[in-house]
Amino acid sequence: MRHLIDITDLSVNEIAELIRTSNDIIGNRKAYSEVCRGRKLATLFFEPSTRTRLSFEAAMLELGGAVLGFSSADSSSATKGESVIDTVRTVACYADVIAMRHPKEGAPLLASLKSPVPVINAGDGGHSHPTQTLTDLLTIQREKGRLDNMTVALCGDLKFGRTVHSLIAAMSCYENIKFILISPEELKIPDYIREDMKKRRNIEWRETDKLEEGLAKADILYMTRVQRERFFNEADYMRLKDSFILDTEKMRYAKPDTIIMHPLPRVNEISVKVDDDPRACYFKQVENGKFIRMALIMRLLEVSK
Amino acid sequence: MNVDGINSGIVLDHIKAGKSMEIYNYLNLDELDCCVAIIKNVKSTKLGRKDIIKIDAEINLDLDILGYIDPNITVNVISDGVLVEKKKLKLPKEVKNVIKCKNPRCISLAERETDQIFRLTSPEEGIYRCIYCDSESK
Repeated sequence: MRHLIDITDLSVNEIAELIRTSNDIIGNRKAYSEVCRGRKLATLFFEPSTRTRLSFEAAMLELGGAVLGFSSADSSSATKGESVIDTVRTVACYADVIAMRHPKEGAPLLASLKSPVPVINAGDGGHSHPTQTLTDLLTIQREKGRLDNMTVALCGDLKFGRTVHSLIAAMSCYENIKFILISPEELKIPDYIREDMKKRRNIEWRETDKLEEGLAKADILYMTRVQRERFFNEADYMRLKDSFILDTEKMRYAKPDTIIMHPLPRVNEISVKVDDDPRACYFKQVENGKFIRMALIMRLLEVSK
Repeated sequence: MNVDGINSGIVLDHIKAGKSMEIYNYLNLDELDCCVAIIKNVKSTKLGRKDIIKIDAEINLDLDILGYIDPNITVNVISDGVLVEKKKLKLPKEVKNVIKCKNPRCISLAERETDQIFRLTSPEEGIYRCIYCDSESK
């Protein structure tokens, strides 16, 4: 039995296989509509979500399976003080696979240590978000035709941005990747990410606080939201929330084939006017998220078409 | 100052000066019934000054904890007045319930009775990180 807790739980070959399956699903959806008949996915979301939870549920439904779960900690026994481990042991009696989002870092890992069914990390606090990364990789592969030889600029909250942490870990496995890390001083990437990048000889990176500088050289610009829910201090959030705003004016610095990505939700870090630019890919990411999660569920349940 | 030699037991040598009480506590040596001597600030050609702990009984020590605190400590095993073994320490790959995560966002602090596990992620720099949240042990 496998879990997906961190993106590095998957090898490059396994990621390539998931992308292949996703592309096959996109071109041949009917062939997959019954593969999970009789199987159940539990979505345990202790923290709010629109895309991740609904895409997991839509993915399982499109595979012919069923879904159950809760969408906030308030509607579970967590409010009565039930532990994560007891919750997972209970839900595993009713479901074949669990997708868990939790505000505490490491909660899905802890759950996986005691769960008799596969656990998928659907986001743990500001730590990691491997299924968003799978979504991002599928999008990059489909839009750019490759996952190597690329300059990736990541902008915004790189400290608590779990999608950023997982994406850097994943992209670091490919050849000739350069990262441009754009953030205010207070929201720079955590030390452990920097430590991991240092270990890899194929990775170059530099840190800056200028969006225009990164945008001019990027093949991919990955924007992120400054997340109010990660701050203990509201004043710090208010000071940093508008650090970077991508608008049509700044888009003039981007190359014609640069793609703009964002894990969403956004607040105001990307102007809605940018949505009409053909380089904006964030709604394609949303759609791809369902297909890669279908491929992942199939893999963890060990089913094929 | 003279401290008697031991007949059968363990001598922890080359402890960094000032670290002996920390080791005494980590190893729960206060729970032993035998004689335990803590000798601080002994002159050392190698370290300048060092601490020594002498334990007058043959006990099983958690070498992982010792290795985590300082892999340069020497563990001398004495039997019938003779040095029978010199154990070399190394940084353990993992330490369990020795240190506590300090990240307030970590599940290990919120979930009751969760083992505090740290893994060696950078042997060159001796960096340990919480397996749950990747925070560095400080």
